[in-house]
Amino acid sequence: MRRAGLALAAAALAAGVALAQERAIPPGELKSGSAFLGPDLRALQNDAFANPGMLWVERGEKLWSEPAGKKTLACASCHKDTGMRGAAATYPKIYKASGKLVNLEERINLCRTARMGAEPLRYESEELLALTAYLARQSLGLPIATRIDGAARAHFEAGHAAYHLRRGQMNLSCAHCHDAQWGKRLLSETISQGHPNAYPAYRMEWQTMGSLERRLRACLSGIRAEMLPYGSQEYLDLELYLAWRAQGLPIETPGVRR
Amino acid sequence: MAARIQVPRAARRGDVIEVRILIQHPMETGYRHDDVGHLIKRNVINVLSCRYAGVEVFRADLSSGISANPYVQFYTVAEASGDLEFTWVDDEGQRGSERQAIVVKG
Repeated sequence: MRRAGLALAAAALAAGVALAQERAIPPGELKSGSAFLGPDLRALQNDAFANPGMLWVERGEKLWSEPAGKKTLACASCHKDTGMRGAAATYPKIYKASGKLVNLEERINLCRTARMGAEPLRYESEELLALTAYLARQSLGLPIATRIDGAARAHFEAGHAAYHLRRGQMNLSCAHCHDAQWGKRLLSETISQGHPNAYPAYRMEWQTMGSLERRLRACLSGIRAEMLPYGSQEYLDLELYLAWRAQGLPIETPGVRR
Repeated sequence: MAARIQVPRAARRGDVIEVRILIQHPMETGYRHDDVGHLIKRNVINVLSCRYAGVEVFRADLSSGISANPYVQFYTVAEASGDLEFTWVDDEGQRGSERQAIVVKG
């Protein structure tokens, strides 16, 4: 009896895992957010000079070699010559020293606090956006390649749950729009598949650059749900799930979005 | 005020060249209110000018209808080697400038 119960529990667990890994949008049908833009914004994003996000990428390039903090180290003091191509495509990921899930923003701040003796940068600060954009830009065209095995597994499951959780006064989950209704119209907008591959991105509505978490908060506000503070665990888990969901889509940072 | 400019490094005399500039600026319209209801003062780049070898070849009077981080593109004729120098001023009196040399042959 006990053994049967265990087997049942194991089967249920396996089913749960299989369910979480089931893809609502098959890899062949993945479409980046830029596919849902008008031709003008798509052209603006693809123009490496006129793309306003490149202002932040350029600033990030300068900041990369500017010393900061007590040890007067710059990012470039340790990360010499090698370049960071491909690095951003693997985030969010487990930071080995702490075993915690971190996104690119937090990874930059971990370097600043632990290695450089500098103050962490605030989310949505010009400096953090610039550094994140500069790093992500170096992975331009590379497919998102996050891992969900090992310690990341639990975060992936939590992200899956967060993605499918009904929230707010409208009682909608992310899946209701971005899995079930993408490609259809919502007033004057076309609903996208909700992929994170262009962030940080320049959004026309913001008239500035913003992180993925700012975009998530905008969705939450749109469905009249509570917005969580920046860097909260639920966002990180959700970011991991979104990255897995978009696996294979090329990085487009800095994206231009409506 | 960060800015990016794009001017060909070299051209032949008589060529039509494309000149582009992107300036980082909030272009605050003067119509928005802050969180406590106070009007945010207008602050836009009101004059953008480009001198080519000391002669003004382009001038734009921008206003609150222009979006943040304005992007401007225009064409001029390559006549002589020299600097293309952009200058701009916003409502708070902040000035910015950026320059690049062009070599004209023939």
